[in-house]
Amino acid sequence: MYNSGKIITGLVLFLGVVTMPFWFNIGKADVKPDPSLDTPVIRQMKVKHCIESKQFMIDNHMELLNAWRNAVVRNNKTIYVSTAGQYFTMSLEDTCFHCHSNEKQFCDQCHTYANIQPYCWECHVKPVEEAANGHR
Amino acid sequence: MIEKAFYGSKKYWIWVAFLLAFLGVCFHFYLLQLREGLTITGMSRNVSWGLYIAQFTYLVGVAASAVMLVIPYYLHHYKAFSRMMILGEFMAIAAVSMCMLFIFVDLGQPMRVMNVILYPQLHSVMFWDMSVLSGYLVLNLLIGWTTLEAERKDAPPPSWVKPLIYLSVVWAISIHTVTAFLYAGLPGRPYWLSAIMAARFLAGAFCSGPAILLLLVFFVQKFVKYRVGDEAIKALSKIVAYAMSANVFFLLLEIFTAFYSRIPDDMNAFRYLFVGLDGHTALVPAMWVSAGLSIVSLALLIPPQFRDNTKLLTIALVSLVVATWIDKGFSLIAAGFVPNPFDRVSVYLPTFPEVMIALGVYTIGLLILTILWKVALSVKEKSIA
Amino acid sequence: MDIDKRKFLKLVGVSGALWVGSRLAGGLSSVFNIRDRFDKQALADAGYEVGTMVPDPGELKAKQWAMAIDVRQFKTPEDYTRCIQACDKIHNIPDITTQQDIKWIWEEPYSAAFPEQHNQYMEAALKSTPILLLCNQCEFPPCVRVCPTGATFKRQDGIVMMDYHRCIGCRYCMAACPYGSRSFNFKDPRPYIKKIDPAYPTRTKGVVEKCDFCAERLDQGLMPACVEASKGALIFGDLRDPDSDVRKVLSTNFSIRRKPELGTQPNVFYIL
Repeated sequence: MYNSGKIITGLVLFLGVVTMPFWFNIGKADVKPDPSLDTPVIRQMKVKHCIESKQFMIDNHMELLNAWRNAVVRNNKTIYVSTAGQYFTMSLEDTCFHCHSNEKQFCDQCHTYANIQPYCWECHVKPVEEAANGHR
Repeated sequence: MIEKAFYGSKKYWIWVAFLLAFLGVCFHFYLLQLREGLTITGMSRNVSWGLYIAQFTYLVGVAASAVMLVIPYYLHHYKAFSRMMILGEFMAIAAVSMCMLFIFVDLGQPMRVMNVILYPQLHSVMFWDMSVLSGYLVLNLLIGWTTLEAERKDAPPPSWVKPLIYLSVVWAISIHTVTAFLYAGLPGRPYWLSAIMAARFLAGAFCSGPAILLLLVFFVQKFVKYRVGDEAIKALSKIVAYAMSANVFFLLLEIFTAFYSRIPDDMNAFRYLFVGLDGHTALVPAMWVSAGLSIVSLALLIPPQFRDNTKLLTIALVSLVVATWIDKGFSLIAAGFVPNPFDRVSVYLPTFPEVMIALGVYTIGLLILTILWKVALSVKEKSIA
Repeated sequence: MDIDKRKFLKLVGVSGALWVGSRLAGGLSSVFNIRDRFDKQALADAGYEVGTMVPDPGELKAKQWAMAIDVRQFKTPEDYTRCIQACDKIHNIPDITTQQDIKWIWEEPYSAAFPEQHNQYMEAALKSTPILLLCNQCEFPPCVRVCPTGATFKRQDGIVMMDYHRCIGCRYCMAACPYGSRSFNFKDPRPYIKKIDPAYPTRTKGVVEKCDFCAERLDQGLMPACVEASKGALIFGDLRDPDSDVRKVLSTNFSIRRKPELGTQPNVFYIL
């Protein structure tokens, strides 16, 4: 084989680079996210339910929030009529955070696990964490 | 063909390494801007565009100037330009790339840049500017690469290139016209609100672009055997002389209208630039340097006996590039925001990190130009030998 | 871009069907609506489809919102700061003291507000009177015309609105605005906000912002914050409604607008 030295070095380098993610994460435990629903407001609820079903929210909250933000900012619609026919103000602060006042345990768990960084918090104010611990 | 960029002399590699190293330094400043925001620049609420947008404007002109070779060569079959064509086309590619990068580094939210395409606004001149610039980049890449490839194979270029070349003539004019429309259509910015803006831009482009091309050719000819030919140089410097005359003429037209009508809004920006306004004289020395160098360049370009002397021509071209750069590559933007809507003067001067980021974009442009010209010259030298 | 409505309804329908039953069985909880201020009865009467997004029944509507600023009623510095602070507080406006500052509503001397309608011999009192400035909510806004992403746009009620999610920070709108009404977040504004009101988002670095006539308040049935704080010196209403307050004061008083010669048709009027 011509240039075998160069080719083999190149192959080793290439393998090293493409397997980089494995080397980086070696030995790190793969902890499944477990978002917490334990907040004062949720604790008081007789039936624990979000504005739509749990599975729908897990699957589609990002699309729902995107639709909300466009509706509120661009079409001056502020109220969401849920599947159950209930009405909610379309607002992270007034509606979502009202119950989910534990951003670290609720939002960040999955987002960190999936390695996505939604930039909501650059503008929207995070709920005060003390509330989640019942110090309000 | 691109493989030609990977084989070169020691000097070539030292040059590339130097560019990359300097780029690394500049990139550090861009990271700073990404982290801190555009606060690291000298821009403000009142002067909200600065060095970046000014460089963008200047370089659109450089890109458009390739048409000064295309028209004589393809439309008038002026064969003397045959050895210059590819260099001009490739310089246009480097220039357009820099234009796009300058817009990019100017954005407050660069990661959202695709919004321009995702939510196209047909009423925004900026949308059209983005479209024509991207189109021009593609056109020049296609035309330049295909004709060079054909030359390497010693075959005539494929017939589908011809219509693209004719299209590129109109397209080149359009990129600078649309860029002028960015400014010329804004109410409340009297310095920019001028019907002659696009014409001024084109005249400025058609002198500064070929001037830069000639200077680069002079520089590169020191290192390679390839020669573009004296006739091409003479013809192009003649074009530069005419275009610069038109450029200065158009500027004088603006000054006449402003100062004979004596409308304060129209005079203010010129006053700010040439004598100072409300005691703000930061740009005055630079403007007089620009004016002086414009005169020097015209004095050396118009008489043929001076123009045909390579030494004097070089002086003329350097003066011209500096003069037009001060006018269009800096003060056009800075003075457009003076006075502000509250009749106040806000002085804009770029900061050190801002200058470094701008130099970084120029370095990328030089890198693109180096690689493209290396390919072109390697092919050309081979086909001669 | 709106989420595709049919797709959305389908998503909601499939995963929601089972849940609705279980939720109805569990009884209605009032917890959700603690912070919801809208009129639920009116919404129920409207009979909206489920899975839709609808306006607040209490929203204030107009064909073209406009403001008249009765300069005569501004006598003490407190009269200005009251309006300015009301806005700054609820909108989380940072207090940046450099040239890279943020302004929604602010004051300027008459000569700066009306440079073309100013002469050295005019009434001294007027000359020294500060004028409140804010976005003019132009009928033909140059900023909207130039925006390459639709991040700034005109609402049906005439308000020139900003979508901070979409703005790419190119600042073309700032070059286009003849009134200097727009500010750019050159840096993260949060460290410069004295007390962040969690009910309204801050902005992030790299986007342009401006006054939007408190669109978010109008949508909930509230008047703009500055109008509320002004004790009657700012008159707000529908310019197309001949019986509105704003039309009444305009038809009985002498008023001017900033740079009317540019044809933008500002919707902020000044009564001198």
